[in-house]
Amino acid sequence: MTGDARPRVFIVDDHGLFRSGVRSELGDEVEVVGEAEDVAPAIDRIAATAPDVVLLDVHLPGGGGQVVVTAMKQSHPQVRFLALSASDAPEDVIAVIRAGARGYVTKTISGAELVDAVRRVAAGDAVFSPRLAGFVLDAFASAAPPGPQAPSLDPELDQLTLREREVLRLIARGYTYKEIARELFISIKTVETHVSSVLRKLQLSTRHQLARWATERRLA
Amino acid sequence: MPPGHAARTEGGQWPGHRHFGRGPRRWGRWHHGEPLRRAREDRLVGGVAAGLAQRIGRDVTTVRIIIVVAAVLSGGFFAAAYVVAWLLIPMEGAQGNIAGKALTDRRGLALAAGYGSLLIIVRILISVFRVGWLSSFLWPLALVGAGLILIWRNADEDEQAMVRSLVQPFLGLTTKSRWTGFVIRLTVAVILLAGGVAALHSAHENIALLTPLAGVALLISSIVVLLGPWWLRIARDLVVERQARVRAEERADIASRVHDSVLQTLALIQRRADQPQQVIALARAQERELRSWLFDGRPPGSIGEAMTLAGGIRLIQQEVEAQHGVAVEAVTVGDCALDEDLAALLAAAREATVNAVKWSGATVVSLFAEVEPAEVSVFVRDRGKGFDPAAVPADRKGLAESVRARMARRGGIANVRSAPGEGTEVSLTMPRAAATRSQA
Repeated sequence: MTGDARPRVFIVDDHGLFRSGVRSELGDEVEVVGEAEDVAPAIDRIAATAPDVVLLDVHLPGGGGQVVVTAMKQSHPQVRFLALSASDAPEDVIAVIRAGARGYVTKTISGAELVDAVRRVAAGDAVFSPRLAGFVLDAFASAAPPGPQAPSLDPELDQLTLREREVLRLIARGYTYKEIARELFISIKTVETHVSSVLRKLQLSTRHQLARWATERRLA
Repeated sequence: MPPGHAARTEGGQWPGHRHFGRGPRRWGRWHHGEPLRRAREDRLVGGVAAGLAQRIGRDVTTVRIIIVVAAVLSGGFFAAAYVVAWLLIPMEGAQGNIAGKALTDRRGLALAAGYGSLLIIVRILISVFRVGWLSSFLWPLALVGAGLILIWRNADEDEQAMVRSLVQPFLGLTTKSRWTGFVIRLTVAVILLAGGVAALHSAHENIALLTPLAGVALLISSIVVLLGPWWLRIARDLVVERQARVRAEERADIASRVHDSVLQTLALIQRRADQPQQVIALARAQERELRSWLFDGRPPGSIGEAMTLAGGIRLIQQEVEAQHGVAVEAVTVGDCALDEDLAALLAAAREATVNAVKWSGATVVSLFAEVEPAEVSVFVRDRGKGFDPAAVPADRKGLAESVRARMARRGGIANVRSAPGEGTEVSLTMPRAAATRSQA
């Protein structure tokens, strides 16, 4: 996205009612360039319209949201994905993120917050909802570090720093980036950097538990 | 971050510092020139060090270390000074100090005097045996003990819980482990025995053994005859005191449960008076709850025994969303089985959530729970109206009784951060009794 142009958004969800709801909530702040309700048509039309951001339901009839992300990654790497969903199992959400989505928000999000999230993703930042922050804290805390069967290539990727954990914890507690910055005496830019770094670790770590989730979705 | 910030920002965001409940940063700021107050949030014991640190603008840890070192070097007199300061300096947000209340507490004064006189008698006996180094500790010990008795009887409920947890291991009263109590008693007995034998031995070298012993025996018996009945009464008073306290706690427990369930339902019924179906449904649900509590001994709004912490948080989310129509964004990290302490934590979390939904005016409330090996923390945050915590009258039931005192009764900590227009965050921390972490 360049300058103050409105981000071009594509919506993928199998519920028509929800698609029109999102469309009206986004209003004039973004330009909705297309919609799809299934995996195959989504892949075709996203390739045709080349949007900035795809709002993607985690659960889709034709194989789940991560199939769309994986398919687009090779042909259209500049298209960014924001996962959007009502209520999901952690492994589904983590799988979509590991496939390449730049963030995850719940459908209870307000219109203004959704617009803000879309802008962030369009600008290349990561967007973490409280629930995703909780999932990530859980995923990095609960499993033992990579076992002998999956030796770690880069140990730095397998754990979160104390500061990253602090940031995630505050997100999970319902703080906005601005409030987190004030709370931790850092700049908003630094908060964004921490979140992006967590996203990178989430996508690249070979940590056993994360890898297992991904393998189960045949993505590794 | 400049080092000068340490006093206000301790806890929370520093690596290794993860005492959420005890010392999170306050939104209010400290103005120089205000009278010295004991800190409510930052305290380890009485809040004297934190209050002092804020007043003089130094790091609270430094002040604490200075006090501890001074207490050791002065042979305990600085510890006595600390207790006196605890008595005399009012807590922030409180009207008066504890000493003012203690002056009108005649039984407490009698207890303190009795305890003090006991130690003074012991001191006289020791000086008879010429073990001078021991007696130097007794004056501060008498002061500290008498002061703690007065604080225990006259302070706020959460401060009383603090004193209890300080004193319990020394009295060997802990019900959790008889073994610890026995070990402590045994240690004290061995020290006393060694002191006595040493004293007797030194006396034996100088004079004949029998004369001083007979004198001491006469002295002791005269004191026992003189003061014995009084001490007996004091001991009985202490027992009565404990029973009364247990009864008062039970009453407080019942009051907060009735408040949580019955009063809340009545408030809802008044609000929905124009919707008969809903009123009937609410009344039915409340009746069921109350019956099951009165006749089956199952507390209302309580969470089933087989449930885990994450399940309990989900239940709070569902109940509050269903009853009040406000979205609750619940996030849990980790999980563990519930015990009584954690059930109390959930009850406090539920109350805090309902409070946020009812008073903040926010359309979404965040509920975050994290299970760690040593403790479980819950945060309830809304971005609503907010309020000035210092301006809330002390008798406002919801937050004061149901949340803060309920946590204090179980050894947990509750903190409220709020400012008008900035929303509210309630943080609750409960230490885990058994560090048995079950993984999902």
